[in-house]
Amino acid sequence: MDAIVQQFFNIGIMAQALPLILSGLKQTAIICLIVIPLGLVGGLVFALLSLAPLRIVRWPMVVTIDVFRSIPPLVLLIFVYAGLPFAGVRLSPLSAVALAFFLNTSSYYGEIYRAGIESIGLGQWDAARSTGLRTHQTLSYVVLPQAVRNVLPDLVSNTVEVVKLTSIASVVALPELLYSADMARSVTFNSSPIVLAAAIYLAVLWPVVRLISRLERHIAA
Amino acid sequence: MDAWSRFTDAFFKLSVMERYLPAILKGVVVTIEIAAAVVVTGILLGLALAIVRSFRVIALNALIVIFVDMLRALPPLVLLLLVYFGLPNVGINMPSFAVLWLVLALVLAAFAEEIFWAGILSIPKGQWEAARSTGLGFLGTLAYVVLPQAIRLTVPPLTNRTIAITKNTALGTVIGVGEILNQATSAESFSGNATPLMMGAVAYLILFVPVVVLGRFLETRFAWRRI
Repeated sequence: MDAIVQQFFNIGIMAQALPLILSGLKQTAIICLIVIPLGLVGGLVFALLSLAPLRIVRWPMVVTIDVFRSIPPLVLLIFVYAGLPFAGVRLSPLSAVALAFFLNTSSYYGEIYRAGIESIGLGQWDAARSTGLRTHQTLSYVVLPQAVRNVLPDLVSNTVEVVKLTSIASVVALPELLYSADMARSVTFNSSPIVLAAAIYLAVLWPVVRLISRLERHIAA
Repeated sequence: MDAWSRFTDAFFKLSVMERYLPAILKGVVVTIEIAAAVVVTGILLGLALAIVRSFRVIALNALIVIFVDMLRALPPLVLLLLVYFGLPNVGINMPSFAVLWLVLALVLAAFAEEIFWAGILSIPKGQWEAARSTGLGFLGTLAYVVLPQAIRLTVPPLTNRTIAITKNTALGTVIGVGEILNQATSAESFSGNATPLMMGAVAYLILFVPVVVLGRFLETRFAWRRI
């Protein structure tokens, strides 16, 4: 028991690692502020293209989405970070993370938006068009607001996944929360810094996870 | 050398492909083995937890909810590092593939429990009452009436979640599990060429595009009704 406390809940080591871990938390926040808006906007573009009336636009987009949903994000990140330099494209860790996350999360958000848009009946389109609204107006004033409401739990839940996913940026040496904690672990030979990082992830994400459970029940009812 | 041949030389070099194909294939086998173990144990444990939860024993349910919430809120890579580096120091030694299996199976169990539980809750109370009035016991009602209907509803979300968690087997590379990504990155550094990374990516596409397409098909079959 004592060994477990020493190894995982060592307050002294946690206090020592705290400044490093807080600077990691700041990096994680910066990554989130870059990749979540990118994904939300990119996802909407992906969704609209994957619903385009023109087959030549629609099919390549559907294939792109499925490809990026099939490749594990870590594989994509390492490909972008370690593979692209061979083609003469050398990206900083942060730009590599931004690019890999953009491709991955836009595909996931795109599928969610698409399901939302498809859940809106065609009658809504006809009605809106008959009042004189143009296609883009129908989309932004009538269809999207309802579509987003229908898939809100999925959008929130995917955002939690994106925040969790930022931890893989540690693999390309971007000093975010997990990377900082793992640095502290390898210096102290003690897992308490990782427990501290886990506690921070929990503090941020647990309320959101609870909220998702409630949102999902609310919609189901 | 023009740009095109430089590109094919970096990503599609035949000699590199030939040399490292066996390693990548070995990685594919490891990935499939761990993925299969994770899917079977994770989903069964999730179902078991949902069944236990339906007995509505308050203390037990509180524990289940805490377990499920924690594993849904924590990044799998954090759990992986915690278990892999932490447990040996308290005298528990597990090989890295077992750590990867354990962590991913627990994460999948947490998500699966939540999905199964939502499915059980979605069955109207009248079904329970009707089944009980025919003389079926609690377990009989659960097994013959509620679960068969609930599980149907859970198929699409469970498929998508299972795919997402199975792809996390790539995280195993961080703790040295010899799966596809691990084989590809070490082949890349041996050969000084990005072709193995491309082969790894293609291997994932071959493994996962069919299941992603299956997930899409299931979602359309169980789609929301248009209003």
